[in-house]
Amino acid sequence: MTQLPPPSAKKLGLVIDLDTCVGCHACVVSCKGWNTENYGAPLSDQNAYGADPSGTFLNRVHSYEVQPAAGEAQLIHFPKSCLHCEDAPCVTVCPTGASYKRAEDGIVLVNESDCIGCGLCAWACPYGARELDAKEGVMKKCTLCVDRIYNENLPEEDRQPACVRTCPAGARHFGDLGDADSDVSKLVAERGGFDLMPEQGTKPVNKYLPPRPKDEMPEFDVLAPYLEPIASDGKGFVGWLDKALSSLPGGAK
Amino acid sequence: MSLDQPQLDTSPKVSDEVRKTTCYMCACRCGINVHMKDGKVAYIEGNKDHPVNQGVLCAKGSAGIMQHNAPSRLRAPLKRVGERGSGEFEEISWEETLTLATEWLAPIREKAPEKLAFFTGRDQSQSFTSFWAQGFGTPNYAAHGGFCSVNMAAAGIYTMGGAFWEFGQPDWDHTKLFMLFGVAEDHDSNPIKMGIGKLKARGARMIGVNPIRTGYNAVADDWVGITPGTDGLFILAMVHCLMKAGKIDLDYLARFTNASVLVNEDPKSEQFGLFLRDEDGQPQVIDRRTGDLAPWNGQGVEPDLAATYRAKGVTHRPVFHQMADRYLSEDYAPEAVAERCGISAQRIRAIAADLARVAFNEAIELDRPWTDFRGKKHDKMIGRPVSFHAMRGISAHSNGFQTCRALHVLQILLGSVEVPGGMRFKPPYPKPATAHPKPHGKVTPGAALDGPHLGYTQGPEDLLLDAEGNPTRIDKAYSWENPMSAHGLMHMVISNAHAGVPYKIDTLFMYMANMSWNSSMNVGGVHKMLTDKDENGDYVIPKIIYSDAYSSEMVAYADLILPDTTYLERHDCISLLDRPICEADGVADAIRWPVVEPDRDVRGFQSVLCDLGARLGLPGFVNEDGSQKYADYADYITNHIRRPGVGPLAGFRNADGTGKGRGEVNPDQIQNYIDNGGFWIEHVPENAAYYKPFSMEYQDWAVKMGFYDVVQPYIFQLYVEPLRKFQAAAEGIGTRQPPEHLRERLKLTMDPLPFWYPPLEDGHADPVEYPIHALTQRPMAMYHSWGTQNAWLRQIHGHNPLYVPTKIWEANGFQEGDWACVSSVHGSITVPVAHQASLNPNTVWTWNAIGKRKGAWALDEKAPEATKGFLLNHLIHELLPPKGDGLRWANSDPITGQAAWFDLRVKIEKSAVPNEAQPVMPAIKSPVPKGPKNLAWKVGK
Repeated sequence: MTQLPPPSAKKLGLVIDLDTCVGCHACVVSCKGWNTENYGAPLSDQNAYGADPSGTFLNRVHSYEVQPAAGEAQLIHFPKSCLHCEDAPCVTVCPTGASYKRAEDGIVLVNESDCIGCGLCAWACPYGARELDAKEGVMKKCTLCVDRIYNENLPEEDRQPACVRTCPAGARHFGDLGDADSDVSKLVAERGGFDLMPEQGTKPVNKYLPPRPKDEMPEFDVLAPYLEPIASDGKGFVGWLDKALSSLPGGAK
Repeated sequence: MSLDQPQLDTSPKVSDEVRKTTCYMCACRCGINVHMKDGKVAYIEGNKDHPVNQGVLCAKGSAGIMQHNAPSRLRAPLKRVGERGSGEFEEISWEETLTLATEWLAPIREKAPEKLAFFTGRDQSQSFTSFWAQGFGTPNYAAHGGFCSVNMAAAGIYTMGGAFWEFGQPDWDHTKLFMLFGVAEDHDSNPIKMGIGKLKARGARMIGVNPIRTGYNAVADDWVGITPGTDGLFILAMVHCLMKAGKIDLDYLARFTNASVLVNEDPKSEQFGLFLRDEDGQPQVIDRRTGDLAPWNGQGVEPDLAATYRAKGVTHRPVFHQMADRYLSEDYAPEAVAERCGISAQRIRAIAADLARVAFNEAIELDRPWTDFRGKKHDKMIGRPVSFHAMRGISAHSNGFQTCRALHVLQILLGSVEVPGGMRFKPPYPKPATAHPKPHGKVTPGAALDGPHLGYTQGPEDLLLDAEGNPTRIDKAYSWENPMSAHGLMHMVISNAHAGVPYKIDTLFMYMANMSWNSSMNVGGVHKMLTDKDENGDYVIPKIIYSDAYSSEMVAYADLILPDTTYLERHDCISLLDRPICEADGVADAIRWPVVEPDRDVRGFQSVLCDLGARLGLPGFVNEDGSQKYADYADYITNHIRRPGVGPLAGFRNADGTGKGRGEVNPDQIQNYIDNGGFWIEHVPENAAYYKPFSMEYQDWAVKMGFYDVVQPYIFQLYVEPLRKFQAAAEGIGTRQPPEHLRERLKLTMDPLPFWYPPLEDGHADPVEYPIHALTQRPMAMYHSWGTQNAWLRQIHGHNPLYVPTKIWEANGFQEGDWACVSSVHGSITVPVAHQASLNPNTVWTWNAIGKRKGAWALDEKAPEATKGFLLNHLIHELLPPKGDGLRWANSDPITGQAAWFDLRVKIEKSAVPNEAQPVMPAIKSPVPKGPKNLAWKVGK
């Protein structure tokens, strides 16, 4: 069993806007690229050009259809990676101490040199956010790009997770959710950000912003004044036109 | 910090060096930072300074490292040694390759240059490849626009001097209501995502019109699941509502469109339907100041939308009267169109009302004075903050041209083009059809063609026909079958060449176009055409040269393969002469450069053309002494001069690199681009940022930048007079007459005002027997065939079931894991099905080009792309089925020749589960070995 540190004041995490995510997988692949080349073992791919390709990804996008009681079905894109929980069951279950939560910013990491690949943490995670790398035999997970966000070799504007930097729609936000005045905390407050599966008691740091209501365009009655007819045929229209034009500047009439 | 917490290096070295170039994982052309370690590509991210993507990058772009290192890369030139289609090749040297190509092509050029058909696919060097083809002298050149989105491009150019994507974009910073029609999740890729993100952040609204609710349509505030092929009807119903309510921008229409231009209305006149013109040929309007005739562009003229003019017994009415007659007709009332569109009349009205509300009640004003071309000074810029974007969904139908026109007319009626909050052009656009070249096709053996191949016809006199009235071009572009085929018809080349109609060719030369697979209709038929032999045992299409970087399905069908480089190994210029990377606020172009050198015996295709062009002695490719003019493509990019002061790249001109737009050659130009991050941008002056076609501030700046040589303000063409000229010819006017069998169709379709007609397939395939529409979409994370070889992307999109809406799913008793037989009038396929509720109830669809031929792309033959993946292409024919009139009509738009992919109608029934998706094609032998089993791609230590 591994101990969790006392809750940190700084809680770094992601805010993911489900109203804006178009499901393009940019975050998925940018993450794959950065984390293959950087922190720990590369994210490997098995049967890369074969019948049943499978590889390690730290972030995946799922899509779910939602059928409202009335109205058209909707499609929600749902990116998912480690939520850096305050009460992270993946840490407390780890038999070697390889899984840990950083005391200074709350990022949950795996120290690969101590990981024996037993997979207990993946079982304990209710979100399915950890993947055992088939080649290396160690557990891989989102690092919140710990090797980017403090990296003095990167320009300051690039010190954010690869998935956030690359997101074309701007649906991913990174910041300190322990600071009520941070941009991400304000966004969560304004938009009604929510915890994923709060009943699990894991207190995830990452938050999701809900999709705005869809297909709620006012019915015709409300907007009727905008389409009040001025004519019913071409001739009537020309009559209206004469009058309408006389009120425009520029003519001698 | 807890004691057992490991010490981490949170500032590791990121890379040795960053090399900035342009992405080519799709056609979007984003700027990328390529991080290098030990001379190898380590990581690719977006370039924050780049005007297109501003740092972001999509899944395809980030997966470029897997494309660059794909095992499917060709390794050396190949000469066919087995039968065509067998995939039996031997590797040969470049010298042997170029000698052979020269031996094949030189005699053609001497005797009959038209016997070479040179067509390029998704390349971004068309101003160069067309220059080469022009020098060769063949009229048979085009790129892939004919099977892509020429309807959108041509309708935009003819109507308003530009359409969407490379021509224009919504004013993302000001628009309040954005309406998106039929965009299959790219074109543009990242800029649309960024734009939607901006709208969402501001709380602006978005309406998606698409039979399929995925991607952008999934995040739209309102989704309109329209019936495919009926967009024009829906749009014109909104036009009806807006005109009927007077919710149109009269001042804008009078000043900046031809709504006020007078049209001859005497059916007995030769001029019927044409504009009243003065002695200088200028269309006439009534000047409200005087009540008299005046040219449209006269200084101080205030065009009148209402006044008519009668002279010599002929009444002339403004275009606007004709529009009122047509669109106020009850034929376009929402109630009349609702059932066909699959949208309730109430909803159509609600959307029209919303457009009116935002355009007129939420108008915005920018305090920026500007001057129009009539000399009138405007102290403000008035914005109608509704914007639109559309692409292949409305374009790839046989009624697509008129539908795209209808959309532009809707935009213009609302006064929302080139105004704040509306749609904005990207320099060097706008550029009206009259400022583009006309098509050229005059062949002189041993000499260059008489001008650029592609252009915009203004009437029957511009068609490319021989003395007998037969098409000059192998694809029959600019013939009566499709008079405004501005991008050619690549999808008809193989079929026509095989049939020998209008004539036989000798050599088919293609680049980056997978014409034996996903880029052709009727795939099996195309294989037969490519391999067919005549009575002498010779191939009907005698020689085929093909250039590709990868082991695509097309390779096996060529006789000579010119292996291209990957996009990280090559020079390119994304040029203002072609399809540049500009944004509405800036003119911009970009380069690619070899951030790594090839490790195979491959060469950039354009450099090969420089060499081959010199061996053939093509004008423009040899010096006066006959020696090779351009050593390679980089040399051409730097030193080619198209017009005085204008070359392929507009930035860093003159020896000191200070020239912008115009200037002399700069030997260090490419290095200047590299130093600047791979691109160049010059911002549009603030008072020229809107009203570009009409603004003297913009026009003067455009001339200064070299887009054109004299100012050329123009007005939007709601009424397209060239269409009327073709229609008039069909009615018997003029000396150049269409063949009888095309007369009625031309009379109907070449209407100078937008209208709607049912997709042509509806008249050939029984809509009762084939009641279901079938579509494809391109996934955001994969681009055509290129993605399937990508080890990362194929894990995201390795399967493509046929998505089936609830009604059809339940009617057939489908369950998860089921397969279905899908049939069209042309053929049938058996494929896996999946349920999707968020779908038009009469539409099925699948992802584009996931399906692969066994043996291609260095994939295992058991790869799901080859066993379960499939193409809808098998169901689509380049010709419509016979309907008893003795003719075979092309499955294309009759105006532009655009391939009508999305007209497809099918029926569907449950099938037993086969071993593999049907039809199964035999595996082709690959010239490259299979890829490695496993990957762990880390290049750094």
